[in-house]
Amino acid sequence: MFKWLEKNIPKIVIAPSFFAILVFVYGFIAWTAWISFTKSRLMPKYDIVGFIQYDRLFDSPRWEVALNNLFIFGFLFILIAMVLGLIIAIFLDQRIRIEGFLRTIYLYPMALSLIVTGTAWKWILNPGLGIENVFKNWGFENFTFDWLINPDYAIYTVVIAGVWQASGFVMALFLAGLRSVDQEIIKAAKVDGVPTTKIYTAIIIPSMAPIFLSAFIVLAHLAIKSFDLVIALTGGGPGYATDLPATYMYTMAFSRGDLGQAASSAIIMMIVIFSVVVPYLYSELRNKNDQ
Amino acid sequence: MIMIKIIFIGGNMLNKKFGIVAIASTLSFSSVSYAGPSAEVLHWWTSGGEAKSVAVLQKEFSQNGGKWTDMPVAGGGGDAAMTALKARVLSGNAPAAVQLKGPSIQEWYEEGALADISSVAKQNNWSKVLPGSIANHMKCEGKWCAAPVNVHRIDWIWANASVLSSNGFGMPRTWEEFNATAKALQKKGIIPLAHGGQAWQDATVFEAVALGIGGANFFHDAFVKLDKNALQSDTMIKVFDQMRTMRGFVDKNFSGRDWNLATAMVMNGEAAFQIMGDWAKGEFLAAGKVPGKDFLCASTPGEGFLYNVDSFAMFKVKGSDRQDGQKLLAKLIVGKNFQKVFNLNKGSIPARTDVSLNEFDQCAHISAADMGASSVGGTLLPSYAHGMALRGAQAGAITDVVTAHFNSNMSSKEAVSKLVKAIENSK
Repeated sequence: MFKWLEKNIPKIVIAPSFFAILVFVYGFIAWTAWISFTKSRLMPKYDIVGFIQYDRLFDSPRWEVALNNLFIFGFLFILIAMVLGLIIAIFLDQRIRIEGFLRTIYLYPMALSLIVTGTAWKWILNPGLGIENVFKNWGFENFTFDWLINPDYAIYTVVIAGVWQASGFVMALFLAGLRSVDQEIIKAAKVDGVPTTKIYTAIIIPSMAPIFLSAFIVLAHLAIKSFDLVIALTGGGPGYATDLPATYMYTMAFSRGDLGQAASSAIIMMIVIFSVVVPYLYSELRNKNDQ
Repeated sequence: MIMIKIIFIGGNMLNKKFGIVAIASTLSFSSVSYAGPSAEVLHWWTSGGEAKSVAVLQKEFSQNGGKWTDMPVAGGGGDAAMTALKARVLSGNAPAAVQLKGPSIQEWYEEGALADISSVAKQNNWSKVLPGSIANHMKCEGKWCAAPVNVHRIDWIWANASVLSSNGFGMPRTWEEFNATAKALQKKGIIPLAHGGQAWQDATVFEAVALGIGGANFFHDAFVKLDKNALQSDTMIKVFDQMRTMRGFVDKNFSGRDWNLATAMVMNGEAAFQIMGDWAKGEFLAAGKVPGKDFLCASTPGEGFLYNVDSFAMFKVKGSDRQDGQKLLAKLIVGKNFQKVFNLNKGSIPARTDVSLNEFDQCAHISAADMGASSVGGTLLPSYAHGMALRGAQAGAITDVVTAHFNSNMSSKEAVSKLVKAIENSK
């Protein structure tokens, strides 16, 4: 009996969460996919009618804006957060005196809720309250910085706030990566008289490739899921200029009573996430099998 | 009360190789013995004057021997409450009365969820005391299924009295007059139009402009019947032209501003006008301003009356105590006393036309007189921006175009063609 328990306890312990995930994650993904093929409006209906919701989705100018915004936001957010994170990490890596203190400062934004970040940046970027107003009060009468209320630029304010929030976290990742590079190689390079910039570009950064990949994956799924930041910062506005797929889905499901549209947009979002994550998982698993 | 408990039990009593999970759902029913009329009421009137108004109904209900179960769900302008409602209906345990309005009543009727309260309506003569077009919203295939609480008027224009008089202007009667007044005020450094750049506020201004420029028939064709000819007519282009003009009258920081902050701008003289439903009056009154003296109210230029009627839809409930409670509630909601007290608190006017308006202010008197006149003249129209004329998906599609046009450099022609396309796509 005891032996049997000993052998099976891990399975028994894992089973509930395994089944919970099976039902509440994969089960509901399947349910959403089903709903996306129906004419569901206010309440779910289960008669499959084909791709009508996807046709409607891709006919909708608002969805087009949302998808475009996702690519603009995702690309810039990931790129700037990584570049900025790397630069800060390299600066901090110079064995400076109050490194611990500075590291904490850069990491702190990550501890904030995105709602707080969004609200704070909403005030900072508001032309009548924030930066523009401050500059005007200093005497620069012609200074304008009205991206927040300009439909063509509003999405970039979301990038600014997102980068502010995430780059400290990326910095921490990269700093750990920089520190894990074998010091012997660096010392050898120094003895050979290789300049510091060359050490970084030729030795340290290339050996950090896995860290880049991790940072990319974390940032990419943050970007695709982004919802609260937009809601707090711009409310999707001006108009619907800063709508993202997640806010589009929320509007359709909960404000407009259009479950079919919401489901189809959720499925498209999932496909986008999969197209980022699956290659990563694939390469991870293959590496493990190779070893 | 049905409770579903899902219990996960890990184990492998049946199969040695795999863990088997048993999902046991137990249904427990509460006792069905009669315990006097009771009603559970789902609403999102949780702030200030609104909460006070609901408390009035609650008190009256318990004075008549009823047991009230309050189910307030705040947030998202009712979105959160609708989500809660969906869950309750799906689990077969709907609340007795739910704050619902306009076509969403019909949508829930089509889901087979609404009760028939025609007996109450007949006893209390609802068809005599309610205006015809408002009564129609409360009927599902001829049977009464909802009770109206109030009538909000949407097409109001509010103004700061001293700003207008000190500059020698009166309330505008045509849109040309409005534009001229606004331009003159702008030159003097006053913001002509206090506006908040949120989609629903853009839509509110838009429908007031559409009614004013196009008239009642045009409004009905375009936003109730969704008639393609009306939607792509030259009149619609003119409406969007006027919206573009109005865009020039708002200040720079309007994006995302809440409506009550815009009202405050009119109050303190920073701005001259605001186009907003009569809940704005509540803000003025709460700040101690006197209608006619500190602020002015008038219908927006043009004919007609756009209404937004709050109502309670009656859902199917089990048990005679709940059914009795529901009927009692319906009777009280349309009762004279509640209609008066509630609307004094909320700034709207009673839905029934035979309530004495002695205690109401001047703006409410205008509203009630116009409602009566427009009901006779056939220009009493449902507001599209506030979900009275169209279903969510269609109204949302229009609002998307309106707000995209207002917040960009889109031409009126382009907006009209987008409007037609968006309506097609939302069906």
